[in-house]
Amino acid sequence: MAPENKIDKKKMVVVEGSYAVAHATKVCRPNVISAYPITPQTHIVEELSQFMADGEIPNCEYINVESEFSALSALVGASAAGARSYSATTSQGLELMHEVLFNVSGMRLPVVMTIANRAVSAPINIWNDHQDSISQRDTGWIQLYAEDTQEISDMTPQAFKISEDKDILMPSMVCMDGFILSHVYEPVVLLEQDLTDEFLPKYEPEHVLDPKNPMSFGAFADPDSYTEFRYLQEQAMQKSLKKIEDVANEFYDAYGRYYGGLIDEYRTDDADIIIMAMGSIIGTIKNVIDKLRDRNVKVGLLKVRSFRPFPAAAIKDALKNAKVVAVLDKNISLGLNEGALFTETKSSLYNSKLDMPIIGYMVGHGGRDIKVDLIEKIVDDAKEVMKTGITIESQFTDLKEELI
Amino acid sequence: MKILPGGVCEAGSTRVNKTGGWRTFKPVYNYDKCIKCKLCELLCPDSSVNPRDDGFFEFDYDFCKGCGICANECPTDAIDMVLEEK
Repeated sequence: MAPENKIDKKKMVVVEGSYAVAHATKVCRPNVISAYPITPQTHIVEELSQFMADGEIPNCEYINVESEFSALSALVGASAAGARSYSATTSQGLELMHEVLFNVSGMRLPVVMTIANRAVSAPINIWNDHQDSISQRDTGWIQLYAEDTQEISDMTPQAFKISEDKDILMPSMVCMDGFILSHVYEPVVLLEQDLTDEFLPKYEPEHVLDPKNPMSFGAFADPDSYTEFRYLQEQAMQKSLKKIEDVANEFYDAYGRYYGGLIDEYRTDDADIIIMAMGSIIGTIKNVIDKLRDRNVKVGLLKVRSFRPFPAAAIKDALKNAKVVAVLDKNISLGLNEGALFTETKSSLYNSKLDMPIIGYMVGHGGRDIKVDLIEKIVDDAKEVMKTGITIESQFTDLKEELI
Repeated sequence: MKILPGGVCEAGSTRVNKTGGWRTFKPVYNYDKCIKCKLCELLCPDSSVNPRDDGFFEFDYDFCKGCGICANECPTDAIDMVLEEK
C-alpha cells in the first residue's frame, strides 16, 4: 500500500510550477545547463538564468544556444566530460532534438530534461497534450509523468538518481503538463539543499572525456556488434523498472513524500471499472471517483507514472480484478486511431490470463479542457461495456461534430 | 573483444580498423607534373596524404576512400583516379 504523504504545511510556499522545477534543478547542483526558450517551458530556463546571475548555482555553466538541436548536442559533450547536465524543452523543440535523443541514450549519458508537454504543429498550438514526448518513446529515454507541481519538483532529483545509477546510465525526460502545471501557482515544499545533497550524491562516471586520457564515445559499431549495444540499452531499461520504485521509496524516506513508483493506485481495491491515465488529469479523475464512489459506483484509478520503461507487470497486477478498463490518452497514433497508453496496455494484456474489455479514449488534444462530466460519461460508457461488451474500441472523445 | 556500454573505447581505434577497402577509385600521383603545392594534403578529408622527405607526397591507401577531392583540386592535374581492380 502506498505510504501516506507527510507534508509540512508550514514549509509550503506558493510558487509557479516552473519556479518549483527550476529550484529543484538548482538544488541538484547541475554543472551544465543548456537553454533555448520555447513556450511553455521558457520560465524554467529563465528562473535558472536568474539563479545563475545571482550566483546561486556554483560550479555551473549556463549555455545559451541557437536551437534545441544545439541545446541537447551541447549536453552530449558536457555529460561525456562528466558534468551533471540539464535542459528543458517542449513540443517542436523536443522534435528538433529527435536525432540527438538517440545519441544521448546510445552513448549512455544520464542527461535529465524537463518536458513541459505541449501539442505539436501544424496547426500551431501552444497548449498541453502529450503528443510531443510520446512521439519520442523509442529514443531510449526514461519517461516519467507528474501529476502536480510538487511531484514534478520532487521527480527532478529522482530522475538524476535513476539515470546516473551505474547499472542504468540512461537519460530521463521528466514530463509536466504545459501551462496546467508549468504556469500554475500552487503551494509546494521547495526541495531542501541539505536533504538533496544527501539524497543525490555527486555524479561520478566511470569513463569521462579527458584530453589527458583520450577515449572515444559512441564509437562505430558494425553489424558484428550493433545488436549487443541495443541489447545493453534494453537491459538497462529493464533494470530501471526496479530502480524507479527504489528511488521513489528512498525519496519518501528522506523527504516524506510519495506519488507511486512505476504506477500509483487510487481506490482500485474492489474496483470493477479502472481508469488509466498520466499527468495532471489524474487530479480531476480522483475527484470524479470520490463523487461516483458516494453513489456506489465501483470505480478506481491507475496512474501511470513511468511510460518508459513500460511497467507491464505492475499494470497487469493492478488490473487483475477489474471487469473493464478505460484508458485516457492525450495523444494519438494517426492511422491506428489509438493513444499510446491504450495500445501498450492492451498489448501487454495479450498472452496473459487477463481478458477483460479495454477501451480507449483520446482526450484533451491541443489543450482542450477535460471536464468532470466528460470523465463521468466515460465511466457510464464503461458500465455499458461491462454489460454488453465493446462496441467502439478506441475513439475521439470530445469531438465537436459541428466544426467539421 | 568485449564491448562497453555507450560504445566507449580507447581513442585511436581506427589505427587498427583500416577503411581503405571502401575505395572504388584510387588516386595515383604523376610526379612529373606535381609542383609540391600541398593542396592535396590540405584538402584531404581523411588525412590520407602524407609528405615525403623529398617534398613530394604519397597516399596512405590503408585509409584513403577514393573521394577524388585531391584529383579534382590539383592545379596541374597531377593525380589520376584509377579504377581499383583485383
